[in-house]
Amino acid sequence: MKLIEAIIKPFKLDEVKDALTEIGVEGITVSEVKGFGRQKGHTELYRGAEYVVDFIPKVKIEIAVADEVVAKVVETIENTAKTGRIGDGKIFILPLDEAVRIRTGEKGAEAI
Amino acid sequence: MKFKLSFVALLATVALSLPVALLAEEVKTAAPAQAALSSAQTAALAPAVTAAPAAAPATPAAPKNVDPVLNTGDTAWMLVSAAMVLFMIPGLAFFYGGMVRGKNVLSTIMHSFVAMGIVGVQWAVIGYSLSFGPDIGGGLLGNLSKALLNGLITFKDGNPVYALFQNVPTAPGAIPEYVFAMFQCMFAMITVALISGALAERVKFSAYCVFVLLWTTLVYDPLAHWVWMSDGWLFKKGALDFAGGTVVHLSSGISALAFLIFLGKRHGFPHERMAPHSLPLTMLGVGMLWFGWFGFNAGSAIVGANCSDAAGGLAGLAFATTTIAPAAGGLSWMIAEWIHAGKPSALGFGSGVVAGLVVITPAAGFVQPGAAILMGLAAGVVCYGGVLLKAKLKYDDSLDAFGVHGVGGTFGALTTGIFATVGATGLLSGNVSQFLTQVIAVVAAGAYAFIVTLVIAFVLHKTIGLRVEKEDEIMGLDQTQHSESAYN
Repeated sequence: MKLIEAIIKPFKLDEVKDALTEIGVEGITVSEVKGFGRQKGHTELYRGAEYVVDFIPKVKIEIAVADEVVAKVVETIENTAKTGRIGDGKIFILPLDEAVRIRTGEKGAEAI
Repeated sequence: MKFKLSFVALLATVALSLPVALLAEEVKTAAPAQAALSSAQTAALAPAVTAAPAAAPATPAAPKNVDPVLNTGDTAWMLVSAAMVLFMIPGLAFFYGGMVRGKNVLSTIMHSFVAMGIVGVQWAVIGYSLSFGPDIGGGLLGNLSKALLNGLITFKDGNPVYALFQNVPTAPGAIPEYVFAMFQCMFAMITVALISGALAERVKFSAYCVFVLLWTTLVYDPLAHWVWMSDGWLFKKGALDFAGGTVVHLSSGISALAFLIFLGKRHGFPHERMAPHSLPLTMLGVGMLWFGWFGFNAGSAIVGANCSDAAGGLAGLAFATTTIAPAAGGLSWMIAEWIHAGKPSALGFGSGVVAGLVVITPAAGFVQPGAAILMGLAAGVVCYGGVLLKAKLKYDDSLDAFGVHGVGGTFGALTTGIFATVGATGLLSGNVSQFLTQVIAVVAAGAYAFIVTLVIAFVLHKTIGLRVEKEDEIMGLDQTQHSESAYN
Protein backbone atom coordinates (compact mmCIF):
# COMPACT_ATOMS: atom_id res chain seq x y z
CA MET A 1 0.00 0.00 0.00
CA LYS A 2 1.08 3.52 -0.63
CA LEU A 3 -0.02 6.94 0.56
CA ILE A 4 -0.05 9.43 -2.27
CA GLU A 5 0.25 13.09 -1.29
CA ALA A 6 -0.27 15.62 -4.03
CA ILE A 7 0.14 19.37 -3.62
CA ILE A 8 -1.82 21.03 -6.39
CA LYS A 9 -3.27 24.39 -7.41
CA PRO A 10 -6.59 24.95 -5.65
CA PHE A 11 -8.55 25.59 -8.84
CA LYS A 12 -7.54 22.14 -10.16
CA LEU A 13 -9.11 20.27 -7.25
CA ASP A 14 -12.46 19.47 -8.86
CA GLU A 15 -10.88 18.29 -12.08
CA VAL A 16 -8.45 16.02 -10.21
CA LYS A 17 -11.21 14.66 -7.98
CA ASP A 18 -13.43 13.82 -10.97
CA ALA A 19 -10.58 12.10 -12.82
CA LEU A 20 -9.65 10.05 -9.73
CA THR A 21 -13.28 9.01 -9.22
CA GLU A 22 -13.39 7.89 -12.83
CA ILE A 23 -10.44 5.53 -12.39
CA GLY A 24 -12.00 4.01 -9.31
CA VAL A 25 -10.42 5.86 -6.41
CA GLU A 26 -12.99 5.72 -3.65
CA GLY A 27 -11.78 8.21 -1.09
CA ILE A 28 -9.53 11.23 -0.86
CA THR A 29 -8.66 13.63 1.93
CA VAL A 30 -8.24 17.31 1.09
CA SER A 31 -6.53 20.05 3.10
CA GLU A 32 -5.99 23.70 2.38
CA VAL A 33 -2.30 24.39 2.83
CA LYS A 34 0.23 27.11 2.14
CA GLY A 35 3.78 26.81 0.98
CA PHE A 36 6.37 27.59 -1.61
CA GLY A 37 8.59 25.71 -4.00
CA ARG A 38 11.34 26.79 -6.28
CA GLN A 39 9.38 29.74 -7.61
CA LYS A 40 9.19 31.18 -4.05
CA GLY A 41 6.28 33.45 -3.13
CA HIS A 42 4.93 36.51 -4.83
CA THR A 43 4.95 40.22 -4.10
CA GLU A 44 2.08 42.52 -3.19
CA LEU A 45 2.29 46.26 -3.63
CA TYR A 46 0.34 48.77 -1.56
CA ARG A 47 0.92 52.45 -2.34
CA GLY A 48 4.51 51.77 -3.17
CA ALA A 49 5.16 49.55 -0.11
CA GLU A 50 6.26 46.15 -1.35
CA TYR A 51 5.59 43.01 0.64
CA VAL A 52 6.91 39.58 -0.26
CA VAL A 53 4.33 36.90 0.44
CA ASP A 54 6.31 33.72 1.08
CA PHE A 55 3.49 31.22 1.22
CA ILE A 56 1.10 30.60 -1.62
CA PRO A 57 -2.24 28.85 -1.03
CA LYS A 58 -2.34 25.26 -2.29
CA VAL A 59 -4.48 22.18 -1.83
CA LYS A 60 -3.07 18.93 -0.53
CA ILE A 61 -4.85 15.71 -1.40
CA GLU A 62 -4.05 12.40 0.32
CA ILE A 63 -5.04 9.07 -1.16
CA ALA A 64 -4.31 5.64 0.22
CA VAL A 65 -4.05 3.07 -2.59
CA ALA A 66 -3.06 -0.51 -3.24
CA ASP A 67 0.38 -0.95 -4.81
CA GLU A 68 -0.92 -2.03 -8.21
CA VAL A 69 -2.85 1.20 -8.89
CA VAL A 70 -0.19 3.65 -7.70
CA ALA A 71 1.17 4.35 -11.15
CA LYS A 72 -2.26 4.97 -12.61
CA VAL A 73 -3.31 7.31 -9.82
CA VAL A 74 -0.08 9.27 -10.04
CA GLU A 75 -0.42 9.55 -13.81
CA THR A 76 -4.02 10.75 -13.50
CA ILE A 77 -3.10 13.45 -10.99
CA GLU A 78 -0.15 14.50 -13.05
CA ASN A 79 -2.25 14.83 -16.20
CA THR A 80 -5.20 16.66 -14.68
CA ALA A 81 -3.33 19.00 -12.31
CA LYS A 82 -0.89 20.15 -14.96
CA THR A 83 -1.17 23.64 -16.40
CA GLY A 84 2.41 23.84 -17.64
CA ARG A 85 2.96 27.04 -15.69
CA ILE A 86 5.09 27.54 -12.62
CA GLY A 87 3.64 26.31 -9.30
CA ASP A 88 1.71 23.27 -10.52
CA GLY A 89 2.80 21.31 -7.43
CA LYS A 90 4.35 17.97 -6.48
CA ILE A 91 3.30 14.39 -5.90
CA PHE A 92 4.86 12.37 -3.09
CA ILE A 93 4.53 8.60 -2.70
CA LEU A 94 5.00 7.23 0.81
CA PRO A 95 5.01 3.64 2.04
CA LEU A 96 1.89 2.81 4.00
CA ASP A 97 2.22 0.11 6.68
CA GLU A 98 -1.36 -0.42 7.63
CA ALA A 99 -4.89 0.86 7.14
CA VAL A 100 -7.91 0.21 9.34
CA ARG A 101 -11.56 0.86 8.54
CA ILE A 102 -12.92 2.05 11.85
CA ARG A 103 -16.54 0.93 11.33
CA THR A 104 -15.80 -2.69 10.46
CA GLY A 105 -12.29 -3.28 11.71
CA GLU A 106 -11.12 -4.41 8.23
CA LYS A 107 -7.42 -4.03 7.67
CA GLY A 108 -4.97 -3.60 4.81
CA ALA A 109 -6.15 -3.21 1.20
CA GLU A 110 -9.64 -4.19 2.30
CA ALA A 111 -9.87 -1.09 4.38
CA ILE A 112 -9.00 1.29 1.55
CA MET B 1 15.31 56.43 14.95
CA LYS B 2 15.63 59.80 16.74
CA PHE B 3 18.11 60.92 14.16
CA LYS B 4 15.75 60.08 11.35
CA LEU B 5 12.85 61.83 13.03
CA SER B 6 14.87 64.95 13.49
CA PHE B 7 15.73 64.65 9.84
CA VAL B 8 12.04 64.72 9.04
CA ALA B 9 11.65 67.77 11.28
CA LEU B 10 14.53 69.44 9.55
CA LEU B 11 13.11 68.67 6.16
CA ALA B 12 9.70 70.00 7.11
CA THR B 13 11.27 73.17 8.45
CA VAL B 14 13.19 73.66 5.25
CA ALA B 15 10.09 72.96 3.19
CA LEU B 16 8.17 75.52 5.19
CA SER B 17 10.89 78.13 5.30
CA LEU B 18 11.42 78.11 1.55
CA PRO B 19 8.09 79.75 0.81
CA VAL B 20 8.63 82.00 3.85
CA ALA B 21 11.50 83.57 1.96
CA LEU B 22 9.13 84.13 -0.94
CA LEU B 23 6.61 85.50 1.48
CA ALA B 24 8.95 88.20 2.74
CA GLU B 25 9.39 89.46 -0.80
CA GLU B 26 5.77 89.16 -1.54
CA VAL B 27 4.32 90.94 1.47
CA LYS B 28 5.60 94.23 0.14
CA THR B 29 3.77 93.80 -3.13
CA ALA B 30 0.70 92.07 -1.85
CA ALA B 31 -1.09 95.03 -0.43
CA PRO B 32 -1.47 97.10 -3.58
CA ALA B 33 -2.10 94.00 -5.61
CA GLN B 34 -4.75 93.01 -3.19
CA ALA B 35 -6.58 96.23 -3.84
CA ALA B 36 -7.00 95.05 -7.38
CA LEU B 37 -9.34 92.39 -6.12
CA SER B 38 -12.74 93.81 -6.66
CA SER B 39 -14.89 94.32 -3.64
CA ALA B 40 -17.42 92.08 -5.26
CA GLN B 41 -14.89 89.30 -5.28
CA THR B 42 -14.12 89.81 -1.64
CA ALA B 43 -17.76 89.85 -0.78
CA ALA B 44 -18.32 86.81 -2.89
CA LEU B 45 -16.45 84.84 -0.28
CA ALA B 46 -17.87 86.43 2.79
CA PRO B 47 -19.17 83.86 5.24
CA ALA B 48 -19.88 86.71 7.60
CA VAL B 49 -22.24 85.69 10.29
CA THR B 50 -22.23 89.14 11.65
CA ALA B 51 -23.00 92.09 9.47
CA ALA B 52 -19.86 92.70 7.46
CA PRO B 53 -19.54 96.30 6.36
CA ALA B 54 -16.83 95.30 3.89
CA ALA B 55 -19.30 93.08 2.16
CA ALA B 56 -21.98 95.70 1.76
CA PRO B 57 -20.59 97.32 -1.40
CA ALA B 58 -20.88 93.97 -3.12
CA THR B 59 -24.53 94.46 -3.80
CA PRO B 60 -25.00 98.18 -4.18
CA ALA B 61 -28.23 97.66 -6.07
CA ALA B 62 -29.83 95.66 -3.33
CA PRO B 63 -32.13 97.57 -1.02
CA LYS B 64 -30.59 98.25 2.35
CA ASN B 65 -32.00 97.29 5.71
CA VAL B 66 -34.21 94.63 4.26
CA ASP B 67 -34.72 91.85 6.74
CA PRO B 68 -33.33 88.61 5.44
CA VAL B 69 -35.91 86.10 4.43
CA LEU B 70 -35.59 82.41 5.04
CA ASN B 71 -34.83 80.64 1.79
CA THR B 72 -36.29 77.17 2.17
CA GLY B 73 -34.54 75.76 -0.92
CA ASP B 74 -31.13 76.79 0.35
CA THR B 75 -31.98 75.59 3.82
CA ALA B 76 -33.04 72.19 2.53
CA TRP B 77 -29.81 71.79 0.54
CA MET B 78 -27.67 72.89 3.47
CA LEU B 79 -29.38 70.41 5.80
CA VAL B 80 -28.70 67.65 3.27
CA SER B 81 -25.13 68.85 2.72
CA ALA B 82 -24.42 68.84 6.44
CA ALA B 83 -25.73 65.29 6.75
CA MET B 84 -23.65 64.23 3.73
CA VAL B 85 -20.49 65.64 5.29
CA LEU B 86 -21.25 63.67 8.45
CA PHE B 87 -21.53 60.57 6.24
CA MET B 88 -17.93 61.13 5.16
CA ILE B 89 -16.73 60.29 8.66
CA PRO B 90 -17.84 56.63 8.68
CA GLY B 91 -16.54 56.68 5.10
CA LEU B 92 -13.16 57.79 6.41
CA ALA B 93 -13.40 55.18 9.18
CA PHE B 94 -13.84 52.41 6.59
CA PHE B 95 -11.24 53.93 4.27
CA TYR B 96 -8.66 53.88 7.05
CA GLY B 97 -10.04 50.78 8.80
CA GLY B 98 -9.54 48.55 5.76
CA MET B 99 -5.95 49.66 5.38
CA VAL B 100 -4.74 48.54 8.81
CA ARG B 101 -4.08 45.02 9.99
CA GLY B 102 -7.05 43.02 11.26
CA LYS B 103 -6.03 43.47 14.89
CA ASN B 104 -6.35 47.26 14.66
CA VAL B 105 -9.45 47.80 12.57
CA LEU B 106 -11.80 48.73 15.41
CA SER B 107 -9.33 51.10 17.02
CA THR B 108 -8.80 52.81 13.67
CA ILE B 109 -12.53 53.11 13.06
CA MET B 110 -12.91 54.50 16.58
CA HIS B 111 -10.41 57.25 15.83
CA SER B 112 -12.91 58.66 13.35
CA PHE B 113 -16.05 57.95 15.35
CA VAL B 114 -14.76 59.36 18.63
CA ALA B 115 -13.91 62.57 16.79
CA MET B 116 -17.63 62.88 16.06
CA GLY B 117 -18.28 62.56 19.78
CA ILE B 118 -15.62 64.90 21.10
CA VAL B 119 -15.82 67.57 18.41
CA GLY B 120 -19.63 67.37 18.31
CA VAL B 121 -19.68 68.61 21.88
CA GLN B 122 -16.63 70.88 21.65
CA TRP B 123 -18.08 72.66 18.63
CA ALA B 124 -21.35 73.43 20.36
CA VAL B 125 -19.65 74.56 23.55
CA ILE B 126 -16.82 76.75 22.22
CA GLY B 127 -15.72 75.68 18.74
CA TYR B 128 -18.33 77.50 16.69
CA SER B 129 -17.88 80.68 18.65
CA LEU B 130 -14.08 80.57 18.42
CA SER B 131 -14.34 80.01 14.67
CA PHE B 132 -17.32 82.11 13.61
CA GLY B 133 -17.99 84.33 16.61
CA PRO B 134 -17.26 88.06 16.42
CA ASP B 135 -13.56 88.75 16.03
CA ILE B 136 -11.57 89.49 19.16
CA GLY B 137 -9.17 91.61 17.15
CA GLY B 138 -6.54 91.02 14.54
CA GLY B 139 -8.56 88.44 12.68
CA LEU B 140 -7.05 85.63 14.70
CA LEU B 141 -9.94 84.17 16.66
CA GLY B 142 -13.63 84.58 17.46
CA ASN B 143 -14.81 85.54 20.91
CA LEU B 144 -16.98 83.41 23.14
CA SER B 145 -20.24 85.30 22.69
CA LYS B 146 -21.68 82.39 20.73
CA ALA B 147 -20.53 79.73 23.20
CA LEU B 148 -23.11 76.98 23.55
CA LEU B 149 -24.50 78.31 20.26
CA ASN B 150 -25.81 81.22 22.24
CA GLY B 151 -27.92 83.77 20.41
CA LEU B 152 -29.00 81.52 17.58
CA ILE B 153 -32.49 81.42 19.00
CA THR B 154 -34.52 84.06 20.85
CA PHE B 155 -38.10 84.13 22.05
CA LYS B 156 -40.70 86.71 21.19
CA ASP B 157 -44.00 86.43 23.02
CA GLY B 158 -42.99 82.90 23.91
CA ASN B 159 -42.45 81.94 20.28
CA PRO B 160 -39.01 80.85 19.02
CA VAL B 161 -37.25 83.20 16.60
CA TYR B 162 -34.35 81.61 14.78
CA ALA B 163 -31.31 83.66 13.82
CA LEU B 164 -30.67 83.59 10.11
CA PHE B 165 -27.21 83.13 8.69
CA GLN B 166 -26.56 85.54 5.89
CA ASN B 167 -23.49 86.42 3.94
CA VAL B 168 -24.68 89.78 2.73
CA PRO B 169 -27.07 91.56 5.03
CA THR B 170 -29.20 92.94 2.24
CA ALA B 171 -29.48 89.75 0.26
CA PRO B 172 -32.92 88.27 0.02
CA GLY B 173 -32.08 84.70 0.99
CA ALA B 174 -30.82 83.21 4.21
CA ILE B 175 -30.65 79.95 6.12
CA PRO B 176 -31.03 79.37 9.86
CA GLU B 177 -27.70 79.91 11.58
CA TYR B 178 -28.15 76.57 13.34
CA VAL B 179 -27.87 74.94 9.93
CA PHE B 180 -24.68 76.83 9.11
CA ALA B 181 -23.23 76.02 12.53
CA MET B 182 -23.91 72.30 12.08
CA PHE B 183 -22.61 72.27 8.51
CA GLN B 184 -19.34 73.70 9.83
CA CYS B 185 -19.40 71.29 12.78
CA MET B 186 -19.10 68.34 10.40
CA PHE B 187 -15.98 69.90 8.86
CA ALA B 188 -14.37 70.23 12.27
CA MET B 189 -15.17 66.59 13.05
CA ILE B 190 -13.65 65.11 9.93
CA THR B 191 -10.56 67.31 9.89
CA VAL B 192 -9.09 65.99 13.12
CA ALA B 193 -10.11 62.46 12.17
CA LEU B 194 -7.99 62.78 9.01
CA ILE B 195 -4.88 63.05 11.19
CA SER B 196 -5.56 59.65 12.72
CA GLY B 197 -4.43 58.03 9.47
CA ALA B 198 -0.86 58.85 10.42
CA LEU B 199 -1.17 57.57 13.97
CA ALA B 200 -2.95 54.29 13.37
CA GLU B 201 -1.81 51.03 14.93
CA ARG B 202 0.23 52.52 17.79
CA VAL B 203 -1.32 55.61 19.35
CA LYS B 204 -2.72 55.38 22.86
CA PHE B 205 -6.47 55.95 22.75
CA SER B 206 -6.53 58.23 25.80
CA ALA B 207 -3.79 60.41 24.34
CA TYR B 208 -5.63 60.56 21.03
CA CYS B 209 -8.85 61.71 22.70
CA VAL B 210 -7.07 64.57 24.51
CA PHE B 211 -5.29 65.41 21.27
CA VAL B 212 -8.60 65.65 19.40
CA LEU B 213 -9.93 68.16 21.90
CA LEU B 214 -6.76 70.26 22.04
CA TRP B 215 -6.04 70.22 18.32
CA THR B 216 -9.56 71.19 17.33
CA THR B 217 -9.57 74.04 19.82
CA LEU B 218 -6.05 75.33 19.28
CA VAL B 219 -5.47 74.63 15.59
CA TYR B 220 -8.72 74.06 13.70
CA ASP B 221 -10.87 76.78 15.25
CA PRO B 222 -8.34 79.59 14.71
CA LEU B 223 -7.61 78.43 11.15
CA ALA B 224 -11.30 78.34 10.28
CA HIS B 225 -11.55 81.90 11.63
CA TRP B 226 -8.52 83.08 9.66
CA VAL B 227 -9.70 81.69 6.35
CA TRP B 228 -13.50 81.62 6.36
CA MET B 229 -14.63 84.35 8.71
CA SER B 230 -15.00 87.76 7.07
CA ASP B 231 -12.90 89.25 9.88
CA GLY B 232 -10.18 86.62 9.54
CA TRP B 233 -6.81 87.96 8.48
CA LEU B 234 -6.30 85.50 5.63
CA PHE B 235 -9.84 86.08 4.43
CA LYS B 236 -9.15 89.79 4.33
CA LYS B 237 -6.02 89.14 2.32
CA GLY B 238 -8.21 87.41 -0.24
CA ALA B 239 -6.93 83.85 0.30
CA LEU B 240 -9.12 81.42 -1.60
CA ASP B 241 -10.30 78.25 0.10
CA PHE B 242 -13.65 77.18 -1.25
CA ALA B 243 -14.30 74.17 0.94
CA GLY B 244 -11.27 73.56 3.11
CA GLY B 245 -8.11 72.79 1.18
CA THR B 246 -6.09 74.88 3.60
CA VAL B 247 -8.23 74.66 6.72
CA VAL B 248 -9.03 70.96 6.45
CA HIS B 249 -6.54 69.05 4.34
CA LEU B 250 -3.34 71.03 4.55
CA SER B 251 -3.70 71.62 8.29
CA SER B 252 -4.49 68.00 9.10
CA GLY B 253 -1.80 66.62 6.79
CA ILE B 254 0.93 68.88 8.10
CA SER B 255 -0.17 68.23 11.68
CA ALA B 256 0.03 64.51 11.03
CA LEU B 257 3.69 64.96 10.12
CA ALA B 258 4.35 67.00 13.26
CA PHE B 259 2.72 64.35 15.46
CA LEU B 260 4.84 61.60 13.91
CA ILE B 261 8.01 63.16 15.24
CA PHE B 262 7.04 62.25 18.79
CA LEU B 263 5.11 59.12 17.96
CA GLY B 264 7.78 57.19 16.07
CA LYS B 265 7.38 54.23 13.77
CA ARG B 266 5.33 51.13 14.31
CA HIS B 267 7.33 48.18 15.62
CA GLY B 268 8.53 46.20 12.65
CA PHE B 269 8.12 49.06 10.17
CA PRO B 270 9.09 48.83 7.36
CA HIS B 271 10.34 45.22 7.42
CA GLU B 272 7.25 43.42 8.68
CA ARG B 273 4.26 42.81 6.50
CA MET B 274 1.70 45.52 7.32
CA ALA B 275 -0.55 45.10 4.34
CA PRO B 276 -4.19 46.26 4.43
CA HIS B 277 -6.44 43.60 5.90
CA SER B 278 -9.56 44.47 3.87
CA LEU B 279 -9.34 46.52 0.73
CA PRO B 280 -13.08 46.09 -0.01
CA LEU B 281 -13.70 48.01 3.23
CA THR B 282 -11.28 50.69 2.04
CA MET B 283 -12.95 50.97 -1.36
CA LEU B 284 -16.37 51.19 0.32
CA GLY B 285 -14.92 54.06 2.32
CA VAL B 286 -13.70 55.77 -0.85
CA GLY B 287 -17.20 55.58 -2.30
CA MET B 288 -18.76 56.99 0.86
CA LEU B 289 -16.21 59.79 0.97
CA TRP B 290 -16.85 60.76 -2.66
CA PHE B 291 -20.60 60.78 -2.06
CA GLY B 292 -20.30 62.87 1.09
CA TRP B 293 -17.82 65.21 -0.58
CA PHE B 294 -20.63 66.59 -2.75
CA GLY B 295 -22.09 68.03 0.45
CA PHE B 296 -18.63 69.16 1.52
CA ASN B 297 -17.90 71.08 -1.68
CA ALA B 298 -21.29 71.86 -3.24
CA GLY B 299 -22.59 72.78 0.24
CA SER B 300 -19.76 75.27 0.51
CA ALA B 301 -21.42 77.44 -2.14
CA ILE B 302 -22.98 78.95 0.99
CA VAL B 303 -19.97 81.25 1.04
CA GLY B 304 -21.06 82.62 -2.32
CA ALA B 305 -22.17 86.15 -3.13
CA ASN B 306 -25.43 85.58 -1.33
CA CYS B 307 -27.20 82.72 0.29
CA SER B 308 -29.40 82.06 -2.67
CA ASP B 309 -26.28 80.56 -4.24
CA ALA B 310 -26.23 77.85 -1.60
CA ALA B 311 -28.45 75.79 -3.87
CA GLY B 312 -27.73 77.66 -7.09
CA GLY B 313 -25.34 77.76 -10.00
CA LEU B 314 -22.23 77.97 -7.85
CA ALA B 315 -23.27 74.79 -6.04
CA GLY B 316 -23.76 73.23 -9.46
CA LEU B 317 -20.23 74.21 -10.51
CA ALA B 318 -18.76 72.85 -7.28
CA PHE B 319 -20.73 69.63 -7.77
CA ALA B 320 -19.38 69.29 -11.30
CA THR B 321 -15.73 69.85 -10.34
CA THR B 322 -16.17 67.43 -7.42
CA THR B 323 -17.20 64.79 -9.95
CA ILE B 324 -14.53 65.53 -12.52
CA ALA B 325 -11.36 66.05 -10.49
CA PRO B 326 -11.54 62.81 -8.45
CA ALA B 327 -12.40 60.87 -11.60
CA ALA B 328 -9.24 62.23 -13.21
CA GLY B 329 -7.30 61.69 -9.97
CA GLY B 330 -8.25 58.01 -9.80
CA LEU B 331 -7.17 57.49 -13.39
CA SER B 332 -3.87 59.33 -13.12
CA TRP B 333 -2.79 57.57 -9.92
CA MET B 334 -3.74 54.26 -11.52
CA ILE B 335 -1.73 55.00 -14.64
CA ALA B 336 1.24 56.34 -12.66
CA GLU B 337 1.27 53.16 -10.59
CA TRP B 338 0.81 51.00 -13.65
CA ILE B 339 3.89 52.54 -15.22
CA HIS B 340 5.96 52.78 -12.03
CA ALA B 341 5.05 49.54 -10.25
CA GLY B 342 3.70 47.37 -13.03
CA LYS B 343 0.08 46.88 -11.92
CA PRO B 344 -2.97 49.14 -11.56
CA SER B 345 -4.04 48.50 -7.94
CA ALA B 346 -7.49 49.03 -6.45
CA LEU B 347 -5.95 50.88 -3.53
CA GLY B 348 -4.14 53.08 -6.02
CA PHE B 349 -7.32 54.01 -7.86
CA GLY B 350 -9.16 54.68 -4.60
CA SER B 351 -6.28 56.76 -3.29
CA GLY B 352 -6.26 58.74 -6.52
CA VAL B 353 -9.94 59.51 -6.13
CA VAL B 354 -9.31 60.83 -2.62
CA ALA B 355 -6.30 62.81 -3.87
CA GLY B 356 -8.46 64.37 -6.60
CA LEU B 357 -11.09 65.27 -4.02
CA VAL B 358 -8.50 66.82 -1.73
CA VAL B 359 -6.95 68.91 -4.48
CA ILE B 360 -10.23 70.20 -5.90
CA THR B 361 -11.60 71.12 -2.46
CA PRO B 362 -10.09 74.62 -2.21
CA ALA B 363 -10.88 75.26 -5.88
CA ALA B 364 -14.30 73.62 -6.27
CA GLY B 365 -16.25 76.83 -6.95
CA PHE B 366 -13.40 78.90 -8.34
CA VAL B 367 -12.35 76.83 -11.35
CA GLN B 368 -14.08 75.51 -14.43
CA PRO B 369 -14.26 71.85 -15.48
CA GLY B 370 -11.24 71.99 -17.79
CA ALA B 371 -9.06 73.12 -14.89
CA ALA B 372 -10.70 70.50 -12.68
CA ILE B 373 -9.50 67.78 -15.05
CA LEU B 374 -5.96 69.15 -15.03
CA MET B 375 -5.97 69.50 -11.24
CA GLY B 376 -7.30 65.97 -10.83
CA LEU B 377 -4.76 64.48 -13.22
CA ALA B 378 -1.95 66.29 -11.43
CA ALA B 379 -3.36 65.30 -8.02
CA GLY B 380 -3.04 61.59 -8.74
CA VAL B 381 0.59 61.85 -9.72
CA VAL B 382 1.61 64.39 -7.08
CA CYS B 383 0.00 62.48 -4.21
CA TYR B 384 1.38 59.16 -5.49
CA GLY B 385 4.76 60.86 -5.22
CA GLY B 386 3.71 62.11 -1.78
CA VAL B 387 3.21 58.59 -0.44
CA LEU B 388 6.45 57.38 -1.99
CA LEU B 389 8.25 60.03 0.08
CA LYS B 390 7.54 57.88 3.11
CA ALA B 391 9.80 55.10 1.88
CA LYS B 392 12.51 57.57 0.91
CA LEU B 393 12.51 59.56 4.15
CA LYS B 394 11.82 56.60 6.45
CA TYR B 395 8.98 58.03 8.50
CA ASP B 396 5.92 55.95 9.29
CA ASP B 397 2.75 57.70 8.13
CA SER B 398 0.66 54.53 8.50
CA LEU B 399 -2.15 55.44 6.12
CA ASP B 400 -0.57 58.40 4.33
CA ALA B 401 -2.42 61.26 6.00
CA PHE B 402 0.49 63.53 5.10
CA GLY B 403 1.15 61.99 1.71
CA VAL B 404 -2.42 62.47 0.52
CA HIS B 405 -3.89 65.30 2.59
CA GLY B 406 -0.81 67.34 3.43
CA VAL B 407 0.71 67.17 -0.02
CA GLY B 408 -2.68 67.27 -1.79
CA GLY B 409 -4.01 70.13 0.35
CA THR B 410 -0.91 72.22 -0.28
CA PHE B 411 -0.95 71.46 -3.98
CA GLY B 412 -4.67 72.23 -4.21
CA ALA B 413 -4.36 75.55 -2.39
CA LEU B 414 -1.53 76.62 -4.70
CA THR B 415 -3.17 75.46 -7.93
CA THR B 416 -6.37 77.25 -6.93
CA GLY B 417 -4.26 80.40 -7.20
CA ILE B 418 -3.23 79.30 -10.68
CA PHE B 419 -6.50 78.17 -12.24
CA ALA B 420 -9.16 80.34 -10.56
CA THR B 421 -11.51 81.98 -13.06
CA VAL B 422 -14.88 82.07 -11.29
CA GLY B 423 -15.42 84.75 -8.65
CA ALA B 424 -11.65 85.28 -8.53
CA THR B 425 -8.76 85.12 -10.95
CA GLY B 426 -5.52 83.20 -10.69
CA LEU B 427 -2.10 83.13 -12.21
CA LEU B 428 -3.26 81.92 -15.62
CA SER B 429 -5.58 84.90 -15.82
CA GLY B 430 -2.63 87.14 -15.07
CA ASN B 431 -3.36 87.63 -11.39
CA VAL B 432 0.04 86.99 -9.83
CA SER B 433 -0.98 88.46 -6.50
CA GLN B 434 -3.67 85.82 -6.03
CA PHE B 435 -1.09 83.08 -6.37
CA LEU B 436 1.19 84.80 -3.90
CA THR B 437 -1.71 85.22 -1.51
CA GLN B 438 -2.26 81.47 -1.74
CA VAL B 439 1.42 80.94 -0.90
CA ILE B 440 1.01 83.15 2.17
CA ALA B 441 -2.06 81.17 3.25
CA VAL B 442 -0.30 77.84 2.75
CA VAL B 443 2.82 78.90 4.63
CA ALA B 444 0.94 80.59 7.46
CA ALA B 445 -1.60 77.81 7.97
CA GLY B 446 1.01 75.08 7.49
CA ALA B 447 3.51 76.63 9.87
CA TYR B 448 0.87 77.37 12.51
CA ALA B 449 -0.57 73.86 12.33
CA PHE B 450 2.90 72.29 12.40
CA ILE B 451 4.17 74.27 15.36
CA VAL B 452 1.08 74.08 17.54
CA THR B 453 0.73 70.35 16.87
CA LEU B 454 4.38 69.87 17.82
CA VAL B 455 3.70 71.60 21.12
CA ILE B 456 0.52 69.59 21.80
CA ALA B 457 2.25 66.32 20.90
CA PHE B 458 5.28 67.21 23.04
CA VAL B 459 3.10 67.97 26.07
CA LEU B 460 1.12 64.75 25.66
CA HIS B 461 4.33 62.79 25.07
CA LYS B 462 5.76 64.10 28.35
CA THR B 463 2.58 63.66 30.39
CA ILE B 464 0.26 60.81 29.50
CA GLY B 465 2.42 59.37 26.70
CA LEU B 466 1.47 59.00 23.07
CA ARG B 467 2.17 55.34 22.42
CA VAL B 468 0.91 52.05 23.71
CA GLU B 469 3.40 49.59 25.19
CA LYS B 470 5.30 47.45 22.71
CA GLU B 471 3.52 44.30 23.89
CA ASP B 472 0.12 45.95 23.44
CA GLU B 473 1.03 47.15 19.99
CA ILE B 474 2.01 43.65 18.93
CA MET B 475 -1.18 42.20 20.36
CA GLY B 476 -3.23 44.84 18.56
CA LEU B 477 -5.05 47.96 19.67
CA ASP B 478 -8.54 46.46 19.37
CA GLN B 479 -7.78 44.04 22.20
CA THR B 480 -5.58 46.22 24.35
CA GLN B 481 -7.36 49.56 24.03
CA HIS B 482 -10.96 48.47 23.65
CA SER B 483 -11.20 44.80 24.78
CA GLU B 484 -12.89 43.92 21.53
CA SER B 485 -12.03 42.10 18.35
CA ALA B 486 -13.45 42.91 14.95
CA TYR B 487 -13.71 39.40 13.61
CA ASN B 488 -14.78 36.51 15.81
